[in-house]
Amino acid sequence: MIRTAWLVARKDLRIEMRSRVLLWQVTPFAVLALVLAGLALGPTKAGSSSSAPGLFYLVVLFVALAVVQRSRGIESTPGTRASVSTLGLDPGGVFLGKALALTLELWVLGAILLAGSVLFLHVALVGALKALPSVAVTLGVMSTAGTIYGALTTGGDGPVTLLPLLTLPAFAPLLVAGERSLSAALYGGALWEWWVIVVVALVAYVAVGIAVYGVLEES
Amino acid sequence: MTRWSPRWWGWISVVLLAFTAVMGLWVTPPDQVQGDLVRLLYIHPAIAWVALYVSFGTAVVAAGLYLWPRTRSEGMDRVSYCAMEISVLFIALTLVTGSIWGRPTWGVWWAWDARLTSTAILGVFEVAYLALRRANEDAELRARRSAVFALLTAVNVPIIHFSVIWWKTLHQGASVLTSTGALNVHGSMLWTMLVSFVGFTTLFVWLLLRRVALESSRDERRRARLDAALDLRRREGVG
Repeated sequence: MIRTAWLVARKDLRIEMRSRVLLWQVTPFAVLALVLAGLALGPTKAGSSSSAPGLFYLVVLFVALAVVQRSRGIESTPGTRASVSTLGLDPGGVFLGKALALTLELWVLGAILLAGSVLFLHVALVGALKALPSVAVTLGVMSTAGTIYGALTTGGDGPVTLLPLLTLPAFAPLLVAGERSLSAALYGGALWEWWVIVVVALVAYVAVGIAVYGVLEES
Repeated sequence: MTRWSPRWWGWISVVLLAFTAVMGLWVTPPDQVQGDLVRLLYIHPAIAWVALYVSFGTAVVAAGLYLWPRTRSEGMDRVSYCAMEISVLFIALTLVTGSIWGRPTWGVWWAWDARLTSTAILGVFEVAYLALRRANEDAELRARRSAVFALLTAVNVPIIHFSVIWWKTLHQGASVLTSTGALNVHGSMLWTMLVSFVGFTTLFVWLLLRRVALESSRDERRRARLDAALDLRRREGVG
């Protein structure tokens, strides 16, 4: 399973490196969304940084949706899923591989957005660095959940519009937990309970993904 | 008409809900603190019970049974779908009756309360489930994906249930029983509430039986139309 996961993750990342969609499309979108979120609040509130954790995670949410959509798009070329299934790869490994690639991509975008928050929303650099572990785990959960929900929408009618509807309610508790843990890292406060929620969600989604991914990918 | 015919369930629910209305509106006394507003609580917890536990629970259990190879059948998928559809209706009623109660009590139609928000999120999940079903034409693929999605959403129910314990919420705690199992409500108020719970549960059973029957006849019609179209094609080929 681990070997399959590694192969699939490398395949997805290689496609991303060659197509540069992440670099030229998703990254500018992420930065633009952060700037627009700041503009929506107005210069005084956006610069006060107390709303920074919420804005950060709201933008992360939309970026995660775009990346999940992109990850499914890779598989949507005619014949791709059929040829992957004929290889006889372990579905659990395929799931882990796709989730891993997605996590790495979201980590890069998360780091860029965190740097953007320091620049545009006046978040303290030390606080942002302290928040890195909690942001990394939350993005990991979003990737694993996104991989499952992405598989649910593949091949049906209107997957582009269906994915947000399916995914956003699942991301809602992560948005709250992520925002609270980021606030705690930046301004102090209880951190462990939000960590528990995020870690439990990560374990649950990984277990569910390994168990059901094969069922979802059967055509 | 057999003993378990849907019509019986319908009549039982009519009688029980009429009893609830009479008791709740005229017989039971006003509450010491809430006054006449308490009358809404004869239906709101019962509607929420059907939405979250009975209806949604049926949908999730049927989805699990569909995914289990030994119990997999078209019928299980149908039950899961119909129960989820009814749950959407009851979730909407839960939120509406809660809002009507919340406006005079809390001063707002909507509060960012853990139980309210988590219930609304479950409602969105259920609407998403219905959208997912409409997005897939192939019956088996649709059933499989819907079943997985229904199971994924089930995690919301314990969050909603324990939200009033885990977080400091505006929403009150358990309505009938306290955490120690002691009764919160007494006398005619208790009976009215209990009859309401049974009444709405039988209403759910009636709606489910009718809805499943309707869905079965739709499937049969679809199959008959497909057979007729195939037959026509075959005859065209022979001709």
